[in-house]
Amino acid sequence: MWSLFSIELYKISKRPRTYIAFIAITAIVGIFQFAFKADGTNYMNLMLQSVQDTFDLDKTKAINGYFMCYIILNTLLIQVPILVALIAGDAISGEANMGTLRLLLTKPVTRTQVILVKFAASTVYTIMLLIWMAVTALFLSMYIFGVDDMLIFRVKGEESQILQITKDDIMWRYIAAFGYAAVALSVIAALAMFLSIFAENSIGPIIATVCIVIVCTVISNINLPVIDDNVKPYLFTSYLVGWKGFFYIGTNADGEPIKGSLENWPAIRNSLLILFGHIGVLLTASVVVFNKKDILS
Amino acid sequence: MEAVAQISGLTKIFDGKTVVNDLSFTVQKGDVYGFLGQNGAGKSTTIRMLLGLIRPTSGDISIFSHSIQHKLEILKRTGALIERPDMYKYLSAYEHMWIFSKLSGIKPNRDRIMQQLEMVDLHNRSRDKVKTFSQGMKQRLGIAVSLVHDPDLIILDEPTNGLDPQGIADMRHLIKRLSTDHYKTIIISSHLLSEIEQIATRMLIIHKGKKIIEGSVSELLDPADTVVQIDAVNNEMLKNILLSSGYQLVDAENIRIKMNRQSVPELIEKLTREGVLLTGVQARHSLEDYFISLTNQQN
Repeated sequence: MWSLFSIELYKISKRPRTYIAFIAITAIVGIFQFAFKADGTNYMNLMLQSVQDTFDLDKTKAINGYFMCYIILNTLLIQVPILVALIAGDAISGEANMGTLRLLLTKPVTRTQVILVKFAASTVYTIMLLIWMAVTALFLSMYIFGVDDMLIFRVKGEESQILQITKDDIMWRYIAAFGYAAVALSVIAALAMFLSIFAENSIGPIIATVCIVIVCTVISNINLPVIDDNVKPYLFTSYLVGWKGFFYIGTNADGEPIKGSLENWPAIRNSLLILFGHIGVLLTASVVVFNKKDILS
Repeated sequence: MEAVAQISGLTKIFDGKTVVNDLSFTVQKGDVYGFLGQNGAGKSTTIRMLLGLIRPTSGDISIFSHSIQHKLEILKRTGALIERPDMYKYLSAYEHMWIFSKLSGIKPNRDRIMQQLEMVDLHNRSRDKVKTFSQGMKQRLGIAVSLVHDPDLIILDEPTNGLDPQGIADMRHLIKRLSTDHYKTIIISSHLLSEIEQIATRMLIIHKGKKIIEGSVSELLDPADTVVQIDAVNNEMLKNILLSSGYQLVDAENIRIKMNRQSVPELIEKLTREGVLLTGVQARHSLEDYFISLTNQQN
């Protein structure tokens, strides 16, 4: 099993396609950093327009490495599923397309092992992407913009909020948020891999995965009671942005932020369980379907 | 003789269409077993069932005394090349051998890998990426990959597909070498009958998924039943002499007769004596004729 896993990682590392996602992330993060370095105060003025009479904020300090990473993740974590689908959607279909699937399956390995190992390798790839995001969006931003308390702009129901997290209370939240994102993106990897079992070239499963993510995201954003109650709880896309929960700091009875606290840990925990549930269902389905599949490619 | 593979009542139905129909055969140790049939006859489906790539609708497959349900035990001792693998384009030949050694449970060893690449004449290109290889080179690499764990049984499905004449000849020599020098049991499917004729010791002919005949190549190609095509400057004279000598023309236009292959020199001598100026004599009882006559009967 370990040999098979190391071989999968080796194959992923040797494919030029693997590095497209890293290049894309570097480019997007770089553009953000350049734009905020050049004209960040204008952005802050726009964001604080409604509250600048109430709060007295040092806008140059507000644009710091932590804040930058939060802004970048907000944008990037919506696009990253496409990058994950690029690799996971190719897992089985790419092998079928090259004629290597039959070669692989005529070696003494079980199909269940193949599925589990390919999923594990896709997950490692996802984690590597997130680590790269952490390096470029967090650590590089900390280097470029410095470190200070972080401001979070949040729309909760009808009202807008600004949350402030002290700089010594942030790093663990990022680690937790990246961990959550890894689980959420692994659902995408499991979905793309499941779809790739049915195809003999990788374009189909990649496009199908992206379409499913888009459709489910649109549904997740429809605010109608009937959808809120009956559909959204079962859609994985409803939980993709759950990482933000780690930045919603808990408050005491006076509304003062409590250092090291979370506003709603049970909601985050439930979201994680639902995401793990999705992974479990998709992986089980993949194993069952793949074991029954006739290899005709 | 020890049976390496025993197949009985093998049937595969795809969407209501019977692709392989109640097929039974036995491959003995040391056989080069030719698996013959036209395109779409069910050869590839049968071979894929032997390797566990396709689930049979019914029937039993036993290889090395293991049922196909214990696929891993079979695959540990079996190497296979199924049609035309394009391989991993972004990896080199050496990397392929390294990867598939590990997958086969063998600790990759540089000298051994180079030796195996030398056997298929790829040792000088071992570090080149497969995307720079010709189809023939990919096919040879596929063979090397299938041999990486020194299997006892080698299953080759249309191994000469996409190869040029030199590539086909090289493949033929390689298969012969594997059989005679390395004592491997080989199952080879092909629609190129002349290739099978030169390589196989035993063979099975299938048509529309059904077995037509199975036996040793020497038995099936009975020399007493050879078709000989004769050409002469004066074909009318030739025809008359043949008919008066008691030969029956199986094809009057091309002047073909059925006779024992060993008597061909005597016939040539007789015709020359009678003054026939021969321009060509060709013994044509090849597997191809035999195959065509059998499949025509079935049709």
